[in-house]
Amino acid sequence: MTIDWNAFTPLSALAGGALIGLAAALLLLANGRIAGISGIVGGLLERTPGEAGWRLAFVAGLLIGPALWGLFAALPPIRIDAGYPLLVAAGLLVGIGTRYGSGCTSGHGVCGLSRLSPRSLTATLLFMTAGFATVYIIRHLLGA
Amino acid sequence: MKKLQISAFAAGLVFGIGLLLSGMANPQKVLAFLDLFGAWDPSLALVMAGAIGVGLPVFLLAKGRVLSLLGEKMQLPTRRDIDRPLVIGSLLFGIGWGLAGFCPGPAIVATGAGALKAIVFTAAMLAGMGLFQLASRPQRRQRAS
Repeated sequence: MTIDWNAFTPLSALAGGALIGLAAALLLLANGRIAGISGIVGGLLERTPGEAGWRLAFVAGLLIGPALWGLFAALPPIRIDAGYPLLVAAGLLVGIGTRYGSGCTSGHGVCGLSRLSPRSLTATLLFMTAGFATVYIIRHLLGA
Repeated sequence: MKKLQISAFAAGLVFGIGLLLSGMANPQKVLAFLDLFGAWDPSLALVMAGAIGVGLPVFLLAKGRVLSLLGEKMQLPTRRDIDRPLVIGSLLFGIGWGLAGFCPGPAIVATGAGALKAIVFTAAMLAGMGLFQLASRPQRRQRAS
């Protein structure tokens, strides 16, 4: 393992992370809900009465974030190297996997670990390990 | 707009800004974290640390509450069992995450930034969630009867 010190951005990572934690805290304290993105988006498809309004509002906030940022500074780079077939496969896996596993990086990773949930700790260790293994196979075994 | 929608909108907005600031809306940076045996960028670990550092005390504080500040019933997960769906679902999600470097939050933020590839990923993700919904419906009916 070699750390790429030029790419490592500890301060903005910590500060951005703290904002994510703050957002999760706000949704918990004000709305009494978990800020799990896959649950919020997937829940829209379930059409539970009375739950659609806040979910749509949260997603709208996520979508408008870049526009608000753009008012004050240039947007940070968003580089997507994967080709379209891979993006579609990855999207399907993420959609099915997060719903079947009841959460993603935010629901299990941020909120679940903050709640010290054993289920979320297990889920986080599993999706991290699967992510590490997938990138290892693609970059170091297949050499793509 | 109702109060609940305003607070949820604000939470989504702050969440999105956090993802942009931390660099996590950029799949290239996420994949540099997942590339443990290449030139490793540990930033994502610090994003988690920053988020949990704020989240942990707040979740502890909120643990005993019955109602939220806006009077909503608190909905915190109560399950503690490790079952097959949790394990298989998390593994499938991790594989998809490693393939493109996108998880749901960053994909939606990058969609908001107008990145065409992010829009395609997000559409596929929504399709996956819809497929799950269709597949799990008969099971739910069985459980209900």
